[in-house]
Amino acid sequence: MKTYSIVAIGTSWGGLSAMTRLLGGLPQNFPIPIVIVQHRSKDSDELLPRLLQDSTDLQVCEIEDKDVLEPGKVHVAPADYHVMLDSGYVSLTIEEPVRFSRPSIDVMFASAADSYGSGVIGVVLTGANEDGARGLARIVERGGRALVQDPKTAEVAVMPLAAIRAVASAEVLPLDRLAPRLIELSLEETKGYAERRKAV
Amino acid sequence: MALQITEAPSAGAEPERQEFKPDLERIEIELLLEGIFRHYGFDFRAYAYASIRRRLWKRIEEEGLSSISALQERVLHEPEMMEKLLLDLSINVTAMFRDPDFYVTFREHVVPLLRTYPFIRIWHAGCSTGEEVYSMAILLREEGLYDRARIYATDINEVVLQRAKAGIFPLERMQEYTDNYIRAGGKKSFSEYYTAKYGGALFDQSLTKNVVFSQHNLVTDRSFSEFNVILCRNVLIYFDKTLQSKVHGLFYDSLAMFGVLVLGSKESLRLMAHDECYEQIAPPEKIFRKVK
Repeated sequence: MKTYSIVAIGTSWGGLSAMTRLLGGLPQNFPIPIVIVQHRSKDSDELLPRLLQDSTDLQVCEIEDKDVLEPGKVHVAPADYHVMLDSGYVSLTIEEPVRFSRPSIDVMFASAADSYGSGVIGVVLTGANEDGARGLARIVERGGRALVQDPKTAEVAVMPLAAIRAVASAEVLPLDRLAPRLIELSLEETKGYAERRKAV
Repeated sequence: MALQITEAPSAGAEPERQEFKPDLERIEIELLLEGIFRHYGFDFRAYAYASIRRRLWKRIEEEGLSSISALQERVLHEPEMMEKLLLDLSINVTAMFRDPDFYVTFREHVVPLLRTYPFIRIWHAGCSTGEEVYSMAILLREEGLYDRARIYATDINEVVLQRAKAGIFPLERMQEYTDNYIRAGGKKSFSEYYTAKYGGALFDQSLTKNVVFSQHNLVTDRSFSEFNVILCRNVLIYFDKTLQSKVHGLFYDSLAMFGVLVLGSKESLRLMAHDECYEQIAPPEKIFRKVK
């Protein structure tokens, strides 16, 4: 039974409304920490986390350097920093933008893949550029799972289309099916955990 | 197939990356950093791991190599490769008046404190190419405090310090910096501070009259004076928690009582041993005052 340690989500144009619906479909006791990179202007303030908080029972917080990744929390990348996941916590950097983006979805996804291997669920939502596709491929290369919003249900299809091109095995789902699918996958984890405990 | 998360495509065929074994990779990286420390004296052993790993792989891919161990052989036997890697591993991305809100808050809440001092000693730790040093010098001049201030601007990297001293920044960034300057509460026209020269924007040399640029290593060097203000924004993010805590000890020892410590806007003192010795002035800005 497969177990997951982290849900990594990337999006840009149209992302706020898509994330609102995705997070709104997850229960307060969703057992896997969530990290979101949404492209945003470098001057944007903490409005994004506040708006997301209104849509969900999970606790939304903007990331500060070395924050601990916790179940029940949605960790949102701050403007103008890259986010890198280490085992159990997050580091911020101001290395050069990657393909014009900081935060970069590819950078966050790649660090998730390298730190958590098969424990990553990568999710690509609506967006107007191709960031995220390479990182999602890395997640799958490391044994993780890829979910992509069905481009037909995306406000802008460019980002999910690029992700699907890069990752043949990606599961493509309409926006409203993503949260239920994440819950299913998280239950797999719980079941797997219980079985492992029994085995001990 | 190697997957590259870099801006420029590498030259030539990409080498095959071997099957991924995260524990083995960590061993290789730790060995490499240990080797660099013992052979060259540069200590990256307590840097934030995910970021170090990414930058090592960028170098590996640019050199057409296929593993950390292959890079280790090159680095230990070729000083030129160490030079390259040193530039890769030190992040020197900065901007003038980065986070303009911070400068507004500094003017409102820290400048009044500084006015009460006859002489102001400021340590800019990890100043990189100096953009933020010039920003602070401009702010102090506009507040009438520059003449009684001395700024000690330090960095581990001699190359970037030379650039900081020269005070020439890319012309193409002046529009961005002008916007930042205005939003940071700038009181003049930003263009008064520089002239287009040597293919860049040459900043008014009188801004560095009271600045001492000097090499200092936060990891290995000790406190060298007592300061009223320590600025260290977006430098400690490249360190792991243990090293961050050690450097905070150094800052605490280097700050006068009621001195001010400034961190980057997404850094905190939470879980640091010295957390309780400081009071945060004007949140959300990360400006702390030493109170015990």
